Amino acid sequence: MSCDDTVDCGRRRLLVATAAAGGVAGVAVAVPFVASMLPSERAKAAGAPVEVDISQLAPGEMKTVEWRGKPVWIINRTKEQLESLTKISDKLADPKSEKNMQPDYAKNETRSIKPEILVAVGICTHLGCSPTEKFKTGAESGIEADWPGGFICPCHGSTFDLAGRVYKSKPAPDNLEIPPHMYLGDAKLIIGEEKKA
Amino acid sequence: MKKFLTAILFAPVLAFAAGPTLHLDRAPDKANDMAALQNGAKIFVNYCLNCHSASYMRYNRLKDIGLSDAQIKDNLMFTAEKVGEPMKIAMQRAEAKVWFGAAPPDLTVIARARASEFGSGADWLYTYLRTFYRDEKRPSGWNNVVFENVGMPHVLWELQGEQVMGADHKLTLAKPGKLKPQEFDAAVGDLVAYLNYMGEPMAEFRKQLGVIVLIFLAVIFVFAYALKREYWKDVH
Amino acid sequence: MSKVNAILQGTLNWVDERFPLTSNWKAHLSEYYAPKNFNFWYFFGSLAMLVLVIQIVTGIFLTMHYKPDAALNASGVPVAFASVEYIMRDVSWGWLIRYMHSTGASAFFLVVYLHMFRGLLYGSYRKPRELIWLFGIGIFLCLMGEAFFGYLLPWGQMSFWGAQVIVNLFSAIPLIGNDLSIWLRGDYVVGDATLNRFFAFHVIAMPLVLLGLVGAHIIALHEVGSNNPDGIEIKKKKDANGIPLDGIPFHPYYSVKDIVGVVVFLMVFSVIVFFMPEGGGYFLEYNNFFPADPLVTPPHIAPVWYFTPYYSLLRAVTYPLFGIDAKFWGVVAMGAGTLIFAFLPWLDRSPVKSIRYRGPITKWLLSIWVVGFFILGFLGTKDPAYKFFGFIPGAPIAQLLSVYYFLFFLTMPIWSSLDRCKPEPDRVTMK
Repeated sequence: MSCDDTVDCGRRRLLVATAAAGGVAGVAVAVPFVASMLPSERAKAAGAPVEVDISQLAPGEMKTVEWRGKPVWIINRTKEQLESLTKISDKLADPKSEKNMQPDYAKNETRSIKPEILVAVGICTHLGCSPTEKFKTGAESGIEADWPGGFICPCHGSTFDLAGRVYKSKPAPDNLEIPPHMYLGDAKLIIGEEKKA
Repeated sequence: MKKFLTAILFAPVLAFAAGPTLHLDRAPDKANDMAALQNGAKIFVNYCLNCHSASYMRYNRLKDIGLSDAQIKDNLMFTAEKVGEPMKIAMQRAEAKVWFGAAPPDLTVIARARASEFGSGADWLYTYLRTFYRDEKRPSGWNNVVFENVGMPHVLWELQGEQVMGADHKLTLAKPGKLKPQEFDAAVGDLVAYLNYMGEPMAEFRKQLGVIVLIFLAVIFVFAYALKREYWKDVH
Repeated sequence: MSKVNAILQGTLNWVDERFPLTSNWKAHLSEYYAPKNFNFWYFFGSLAMLVLVIQIVTGIFLTMHYKPDAALNASGVPVAFASVEYIMRDVSWGWLIRYMHSTGASAFFLVVYLHMFRGLLYGSYRKPRELIWLFGIGIFLCLMGEAFFGYLLPWGQMSFWGAQVIVNLFSAIPLIGNDLSIWLRGDYVVGDATLNRFFAFHVIAMPLVLLGLVGAHIIALHEVGSNNPDGIEIKKKKDANGIPLDGIPFHPYYSVKDIVGVVVFLMVFSVIVFFMPEGGGYFLEYNNFFPADPLVTPPHIAPVWYFTPYYSLLRAVTYPLFGIDAKFWGVVAMGAGTLIFAFLPWLDRSPVKSIRYRGPITKWLLSIWVVGFFILGFLGTKDPAYKFFGFIPGAPIAQLLSVYYFLFFLTMPIWSSLDRCKPEPDRVTMK
């Protein structure tokens, strides 16, 4: 655009300046309104990290706690259960946990910080149902003859092993999510908070 | 600033104002005195938060007045487990009603509710908390100058001592308390400053933001006015 | 650049073949000719639109967090009251949105009162603008309903007792009054049912009617064209192209001018929102920070400032008439006080429209009426036993001014035609 008879440059400059200032004002006003839809202090308090005492959790037992309105499972796996994890790799969709469903400190064979203790969000990655525990092994489980123990989702039949890894050819696409967590002491776990790097 | 603006806006109204008056002592302004606010918070949780809740005030909001999560948890949090929880109390309302005649009100916004044409809510509270006196006719043994026949006993009496009402309607200190009168006034000042803060925790931020908004609007005004002048050159 | 322009033009043509975009833009903005002599008083129409938008937007966001529930929560506080404090503290920026809404309510009335006063000054209600005026009165009544319903929602002491008193006004109607007020409340006292229905009226019913009326108000205005401070019709003098000689396109001239007005208004608005949101107890009443308690009436209750002149009219009537209680006639006076504005187009018989060319009778009577309106408004905020300077009783003054309030309108056909008017100019004047 050049300044000629048809374009009044002084007027145009003022128009641009006013429009720009008005635009900034508009964005500034929009910020509080958009921010008001974020989780409130109440929601944040309700979603605050949860402390769990696992000193009473015997091997082979499971405990469910609520964190941000979701079930979080804490399972103390027995030696046999841990051993079973390595034997079924070829049946799993993502045996090495390569997809980003866990924090880095849980990206290992057992998907946990301490090998025996699994902390996982008990929500099926398919459509959000909560799977049922099937710790009994073999035919007794009612699933298959060589079932090593794990979980089955009641909604669409996805199965998971005792590290929350999903079996191949099932509706669920991913392993169960491992939430951020850390140990405050030997038997004290906090879910929703992690050690700062 | 606020008082000045109120005065301008309602000058025609205030010019007429006259009528029955309630004399209130002016509460000291400690809105930006973090040490006072922290001390006030301490007095509040120790003396008030047994019977009165502050159920819209979350403990972790106290970070506003310069406290850390750990300090809040260790020194102030007797009624909750997590710092995100509000200041609730264990006392049952029905029981409280039997004990005091009325359930003690929630105090979160008491400093805003007690404002009147006679003074701010802080003034009312500052006067109220310092004018309890012995009255054997009352079930609690206490009465109050600004809140006649109040149900609440004088919770701070150990600090202030006992006042009695003379025949001249003036209060005198019959039995001294743990604190000297000036110390007691300062402590109540801190408590009232805290109650005032709790009534509207965002008040200081609100004013700071207001200054920025007004400066920005002034800039837009300059542009908009110049633009209007520019266009209206055409109109004769 | 020319390619971009071509695409834009193409899109515009595509739309125009399907929707009258360009023609509406021209009809209502770029080729809507407004008189060039608008003064200060002509800002308040567009400001009222701005406040309407502020109220709708902030209202929508408040609805996301507010709960119309009168039940007590675990701490013994009504859920509705607690949800307002939740907005003030727990919702990010909730305090700002709420203060904008509460200040907006007062700002709305301030702007609308000034807008109406402009109409009074320059005879904007006169032929051919009677319908614009009537739609405007409809907007004003709707706004009063909207404010009344909205004021119950915080469920504080003033909310509760204000609604209690106003709903009880209906019980003054002979025969059906008591049943009517129970029906309005949906309960024997103002309760949860009342709160829920007031919420429904406040957030959806009234706003819909209000928007419809605002649309009608503007369509009617753009049909006949705007009045101006000289009160003469600019359409009587047109140039060869049929454009009024004293008219200028609304856009850009009045759009850039109104932006200045908007910025100044927003500065005043911001001073209140950020530095004095309670407005000294006039915008947010102190007693409303106590939760509603049906067993204890606050020692002194008064409506919010924008209702107080009519509240004074209500209280001024203390004599029973025709065997019916004074209470009923008080309600009639209050209703008539708001409705009487609707008859202005037919009460005013002056040969000229604008105050500029009217005689001393109009100027004096109108000035006294305005002062009276202020005093009635002031007395409405006070106790009935209030005395000016401690010794001049307010109640008889309110009665006197109430009589004047109505006489001003009722005798208008006489004094407006008697007044000595100056001749109107041919063309508008730029003062």
